[in-house]
Amino acid sequence: MGFLDINNVTKSYGAVEVLHKVDISVEEGEFLVLVGPSGCGKSTLLNMIAGLEGISSGEIKIKDRVMNGVHPSRRNIAMVFQSYALYPNMTVGQNITFGLEMHGTPKPERDKAMADVAKLLQIENLLTRKPGQLSGGQRQRVAMGRALVRNPDVFLFDEPLSNLDAKLRVDMRTEIKKLHQKLGTTIVYVTHDQIEAMTLSTRIAVMYNGYVQQLGTPKEIYDNPANLFVATFMGSPAMNVLTVRLEDRNGALHALTTGADGQERALRIDNASAAYAAYKGREVILGIRPEAITDPEGADRNARNIQALTNTVGVTEPAGADTFVTMTLAGKDCIARMRADADVRSGQPFDFAVNMDKAVLFDPKTEDRIA
Amino acid sequence: MAAASTENAMRSSGFARVLIYLILILFALFYLLPFGIMLINSLKPLSEITGGNMIALPRDWTIAPWLSAWSTAQIGVEPTGLRPYFINSIVMAVPAVLLSTIVGALNGYVLTKWHFRGATIIFGLLLFSCFIPFQIVLIPMARILGILDIAGTTPGLILVHFVYGIGFTTLYFRNYYAAFPTELVRAAQIDGAGFFQIFWRIMLPSSGPIIAVSFIWQFTNIWNDFLFGASFASGGGAPMTVALNNLVNSSTGVREYNVHFAGAIMAAAPTLLVYIVAGRYFVRGLMAGSVKG
Repeated sequence: MGFLDINNVTKSYGAVEVLHKVDISVEEGEFLVLVGPSGCGKSTLLNMIAGLEGISSGEIKIKDRVMNGVHPSRRNIAMVFQSYALYPNMTVGQNITFGLEMHGTPKPERDKAMADVAKLLQIENLLTRKPGQLSGGQRQRVAMGRALVRNPDVFLFDEPLSNLDAKLRVDMRTEIKKLHQKLGTTIVYVTHDQIEAMTLSTRIAVMYNGYVQQLGTPKEIYDNPANLFVATFMGSPAMNVLTVRLEDRNGALHALTTGADGQERALRIDNASAAYAAYKGREVILGIRPEAITDPEGADRNARNIQALTNTVGVTEPAGADTFVTMTLAGKDCIARMRADADVRSGQPFDFAVNMDKAVLFDPKTEDRIA
Repeated sequence: MAAASTENAMRSSGFARVLIYLILILFALFYLLPFGIMLINSLKPLSEITGGNMIALPRDWTIAPWLSAWSTAQIGVEPTGLRPYFINSIVMAVPAVLLSTIVGALNGYVLTKWHFRGATIIFGLLLFSCFIPFQIVLIPMARILGILDIAGTTPGLILVHFVYGIGFTTLYFRNYYAAFPTELVRAAQIDGAGFFQIFWRIMLPSSGPIIAVSFIWQFTNIWNDFLFGASFASGGGAPMTVALNNLVNSSTGVREYNVHFAGAIMAAAPTLLVYIVAGRYFVRGLMAGSVKG
């Protein structure tokens, strides 16, 4: 029994089911991020928790109280919207206390709550202004203040950072994380940005096509993706995906592919699980993250199985902190992430170091992880 | 470089500017001409008009025609002047404008923010009412006013104009609220505001421009209406437009053109005033509603 329970919840519009049997249990103080591409059902799920959309079947419980059919204002939740949804005709102070006023809180208490929240978010000097006179970052703070002042059981965030510019987004991200650590509140946060999901969450639910593809800690999701969708959706640049052939060579399992010159390249697999055996002699999908392909000096010292792979360098993209290098494997571009000062020249052969500890295999038909 | 060229584009040659202003001023004077003629003739004694010079300024300036039109002129059979009918029109137009605006705003709010089955059809039907010619509803309306026992009274006229205005005001408010962010309504719901609280505290305070449009449109139409006034109000209950007609068309005695001119200006003054005071909102409000919807 969690703090917020989503039990077998589905959502249908007419005959079309857009959300299929979602089952998530959130503990008190957890920061759950729902992440996925547009149309995956993440916002619908959030609106169902908020009570803004009906639940077709299953049930949602907050603190063991069934919330199906309960009015949004009686669920003791607060929501921060993508557009902030600040009331344009009211001052910042009135915006923050509107919810308390509607719930019949007496004025002295409202003013005290407002002062506390304004202090916490450092917006004391903005209280008499109208939302139209605020910058994006300030509006964002006010929207969070409006949610915080009610002291709700669960905070719901609907892509709150997507209207901010890149730098402000990173700043606000850190602030939301600080706020969560300080207040220890339970948060459900929707985003399509996988970096936000990785950095903020204690747990991530990756959603696609109305299904929760995988639910786990950021590390689990990143290192052990349950299927090809999760593997390629999380991480930037995306995980390299190669079609390879599994074969035994010299008594060890190898993944065979071809280099830029059309010649065979073999990568030894040490940590083969029992399931790999069934795929011997067949084609599978090998996933390997860009940071697991480096120059030999930059390779992870703790890795047990680093395979050398000589290949022609395609393009180099210096990005400041790292240099991204593309090369062709099995006819597809494959990205390697190297130290900024790695000596790589395009068009030249180069010895890549591939950390095969981090490689994952997927079934080419079902696209599920082989493990 | 770019700044310099914009400046050039802004400051088109001095001669062209003078020409444009000259033409605009000429057109403005041309359109003001009838009103000017009315004004100067309402301020001269009748003898100067019948003497044959309508264009000239008055030799003897007088406000006697205005006083006569307002309080002593013969309207129909009573020498009451236009004053009681002016009051009739105010008493008719103000409640009708307010009621139709409020109901239009409520309709727009419900049609855009509280989706229900058949909303589009209901909006379509309301919209249809904008295109029904006045003449078609005359007889059914007379019957209904008879049943309600308010035929020939100002409350009857208020009802007619109120009902007839709902189509237009709903159209205005629906289009305006369609562009109004629904997230605000949802935020207010989570904050615990009810149906009418959201309407009064969130929607209406943000509706200034479209309220101005609705006011101007409704006031102008209701004030200037002659057909409903002539059909559904009689004698002492008639609105200003009907009274003005009775003043001008009286077939007995001398035709006092100066008094007629003064009365006509009085009848036009309120709508002019509304345009001057709220006119700048009119265009803004119309544009705001038309961008999305």
